[in-house]
Amino acid sequence: MAIAFTHRRASHCESGVMSSLLHHHGLPLSEPMAFGLASALAFAYLPCVRINGQPLIAFRMPPRAIVKGLQRGLGLGIRFETFSSPASGTARLDTLLDAGKLVGLQAGIFWLPYFPPDLRFHFNAHNLLVYGRDGDDYLVSDPVAEAPARCARKDLEKARFAKGVLAPRGLLYYLTSQPSAPDWARLGTRALARTANIMLRTPLPLIGVRGIEMLARRVERLPLDGGGDRARLYIGHIVRMQEEIGTGGAGFRFMYATFLQELAGKTGYTALNALATRLVEIGDRWQEFAVAAARMIRRRDALTPPALAEHLRAIARDERLFFQELHRVQSAWAC
Amino acid sequence: MRERDVPQEGNATLAGHRKAMYAVGDDGKLRLVPSRGWEVEEIVTRQAVEDLERRANEARERVLAGATSPLEYHMYRARMDVALLAQATGLWRWRVRRHFTPRVFARLPQRLRRRYAEALGISVEALGKLE
Repeated sequence: MAIAFTHRRASHCESGVMSSLLHHHGLPLSEPMAFGLASALAFAYLPCVRINGQPLIAFRMPPRAIVKGLQRGLGLGIRFETFSSPASGTARLDTLLDAGKLVGLQAGIFWLPYFPPDLRFHFNAHNLLVYGRDGDDYLVSDPVAEAPARCARKDLEKARFAKGVLAPRGLLYYLTSQPSAPDWARLGTRALARTANIMLRTPLPLIGVRGIEMLARRVERLPLDGGGDRARLYIGHIVRMQEEIGTGGAGFRFMYATFLQELAGKTGYTALNALATRLVEIGDRWQEFAVAAARMIRRRDALTPPALAEHLRAIARDERLFFQELHRVQSAWAC
Repeated sequence: MRERDVPQEGNATLAGHRKAMYAVGDDGKLRLVPSRGWEVEEIVTRQAVEDLERRANEARERVLAGATSPLEYHMYRARMDVALLAQATGLWRWRVRRHFTPRVFARLPQRLRRRYAEALGISVEALGKLE
């Protein structure tokens, strides 16, 4: 049994899920708008959270920030449920699907069989939608996949109750009321102000532009003992967090630029277009950093962490100027 | 990034899937463009996969030499480390490490074997063997 549902392609899982969910309930909100209005762009370097023995480096707000941010901004009625046992979580999902609900889930990528094997690492904050079931298979719309997929009951259960960092505990969510179109300008200014604040004024030096500088210092001091293999793994990890996990540092910058453009179109505040162009350039800088790092990992270039650190510092400078300008443009927005 | 610069290099780790990213079209507007993958991503993904495979192979050698138990091998095969396996099973890390000792592993009760097998997504019989 399945409801009438159109699979929508996206660049990132959580914003894609929210965009699809809202489209389905009659509010056509694009993925970049979902991402931007939830103020999801960020940077965080968290050395105390370990992923496969490496620090967590994130280019966006923590998981669930987009869902929660939109819930707050758009006044959505969303219900979240977690479960103490896999059996009750699966039973609840079946009940909701049988009632014709479109359900969002958090799941661990490692246990999802439709993902390419090389990308199946233990990353637990993946989001996807389930729109029906057929016998022992669930009909899954994963926004980062090209087409809807099928997932066997036991596999999905395992993925929903994966253990470790950010364990989903069977989290599912669904809309309980019909969303309505908001005042874009009002919502937009607030979202811009919040993002500028996070990037420039978080009191912790690990978050925002200062987080990038902190990471640059850490990269600069990488020890090169043992042929530099450990340093290569560390650098590779940064790039993987940047490009592979979720959407990527550059990818999120491009998506936020798209949001600025769309917001300009929706509200007629054209000053945002110039900002979008600048942010695309910053995204390009992140990609150049990834290329430089990959060349060192493949030993095409000599391993020189200070050069990469310099690259990161330049990006931090660009981003600081960009978010200061974003803040100015936001303050000048009369509405 | 311009639309025509979106990487289409055929990243093998994507196994034929296409990612989607936002890029600037000729009209100056950003839109979602499918990508066959980027060599950079392939390099860093292969690097991480190969590191885990190397650890699994080293553990395998040590199992054959009688220096560790198959549990360690299967842990790396499942792309886990001790911290994650401990969390997934609800055991203390030192207990997981202790179960790497072949003598201790050989006496491991069925109950604990089931717990490991469940966490690693393999059968209890497979847990006791290499492959």
